[in-house]
Amino acid sequence: MAESIERVVLTPDEIRRALARISHEILERNAGDHGLILVGIQTRGVYIARRLAANIEQFEGFAPPVGSLDPRLYRDDPEQASVHPVRPTSIPVSLEDRPVVLVDDVLFTGRTVRAALNALSDFGRASRIQFAALVDRGHRELPIRPDFVGKNIPTAHDERVHVKLTEVDEIDQVDLVRLSPVGAGA
Amino acid sequence: MTSPGKTEVTQGNPASTPDEQGIASSEATAPALRHLLDIDSLSQADVTAILDSAEGMLEVLGRDVKKTPALRGKTIVTVFFENSTRTRISFEEAGKILGADVINVSVSASSVSKGESLYNTALTLQAMQVDALVMRHPHSGAPHFVARHVNAPVVNAGDGMHAHPTQALLDLFTLRQKLGDLNGKRITIVGDVLYSRVARSDILALTMMGAEVIVCGPPTLLPVGWKPGKSPAEYGYEDVKIIGDVDEAVTGADAVMTLRIQRERQDAGHLPDMREYSNRYGINRRRLALAKPGAPLMHPGPMNEGVEISSEVAHGAQSVVEQQVRNGVAVRMAVLYMLCSRGKEQ
Repeated sequence: MAESIERVVLTPDEIRRALARISHEILERNAGDHGLILVGIQTRGVYIARRLAANIEQFEGFAPPVGSLDPRLYRDDPEQASVHPVRPTSIPVSLEDRPVVLVDDVLFTGRTVRAALNALSDFGRASRIQFAALVDRGHRELPIRPDFVGKNIPTAHDERVHVKLTEVDEIDQVDLVRLSPVGAGA
Repeated sequence: MTSPGKTEVTQGNPASTPDEQGIASSEATAPALRHLLDIDSLSQADVTAILDSAEGMLEVLGRDVKKTPALRGKTIVTVFFENSTRTRISFEEAGKILGADVINVSVSASSVSKGESLYNTALTLQAMQVDALVMRHPHSGAPHFVARHVNAPVVNAGDGMHAHPTQALLDLFTLRQKLGDLNGKRITIVGDVLYSRVARSDILALTMMGAEVIVCGPPTLLPVGWKPGKSPAEYGYEDVKIIGDVDEAVTGADAVMTLRIQRERQDAGHLPDMREYSNRYGINRRRLALAKPGAPLMHPGPMNEGVEISSEVAHGAQSVVEQQVRNGVAVRMAVLYMLCSRGKEQ
């Protein structure tokens, strides 16, 4: 499958503003709860979680701890799961009785979130788990909804949302990409 | 000893579609291997992908709740036609942490002792719908033979004098933790190379990663034709140097690997006695000090303390023997996950 960029859906400034707003919303919803911990889903969810934590420190003066989670071993579609190497999960503090905000770049079918929720429960019983995504592209296959969303982007099934972040890519940008069969003039 | 072909392995990358995260597949993707039979069949990318995955598995091994549903509903059978404790238990623990059911076939209590052929044992296990077969056998090439006749992935847990791929992978993983990139690193292997499948797989794996391998052992325990000063390249082992004197071989090494003297195979008169071996080739404090400062000391186990390795260094600060055992579980988790999670397509 070849890919071609259809359009840019979030610019660097829009990403920055969306993450600032989500940070405020997280604070609002978890008012005064300094037990808060952010857990990013590998790989780009982790970078977003770190940015949210930095915002929260700037706004409120305390930096919530950030964990990273690879839910691959908890997926129900192992054929897809085995494509990338499994990455270490790191949860810096016990989740017991603390509010957790799970963070990912794109919310799509909801299967990653389902797997991540199962994985999280192996690290303790959080008092509450909320979910933040930079982009919600629809097409849910499970009864899962985000608590905080950067932007809702209606998509077709053969489209992909590519989140690029300066931590691993050249720029901050979200592209909508169409998959086309190889050799079809891409 | 001939290497029994590479035909069992389907190489090549799976169609790497971006996953639902929208993450472009820029990272190394896991290899599309059917079996793990020897190191020869792996590419450098395959090895790197397995070692990368083992990092994640090692973290799982350190958790309070050491259980994931990754291979839930899969059945892994271990069949050991040769004694083993650590390798079998390591595979069993690896499978169980990943959520698979692991069945250990004890050869002495099975139909094999009634004279069942390897072929029929394999077909029987296949008929029971096992999802992976972990096998150790005293005959070189036996796992390759089985792999040709069953659909389930076969993992070679040691065959005769030929290969022990998961041991080589865990050794690479341990060395990578200690030394980082192995390119240009000097690794000295001391001991019974003739009978050692560990040495064969390690030499192939290390040279594949760009390491310089020094082999040292009594002439009677080196493969035929391997003589100090000669290069065994003509046998397919390139970048290997043979040094007869152990002090010289160890000097300046980034890591030292000792091999077990297989007492059960020493009746053939390869060695005058164990004490002479220990004096001339045993790794002790004085010899280890010739290697680079802090160079890790490895042993695949089980150790004959006082023969190939002195008790002092076996449990000393530079010994990574226990780390090797722990890493072994992580590497085997990565291997089983890679082979078993590929579903039913074939």
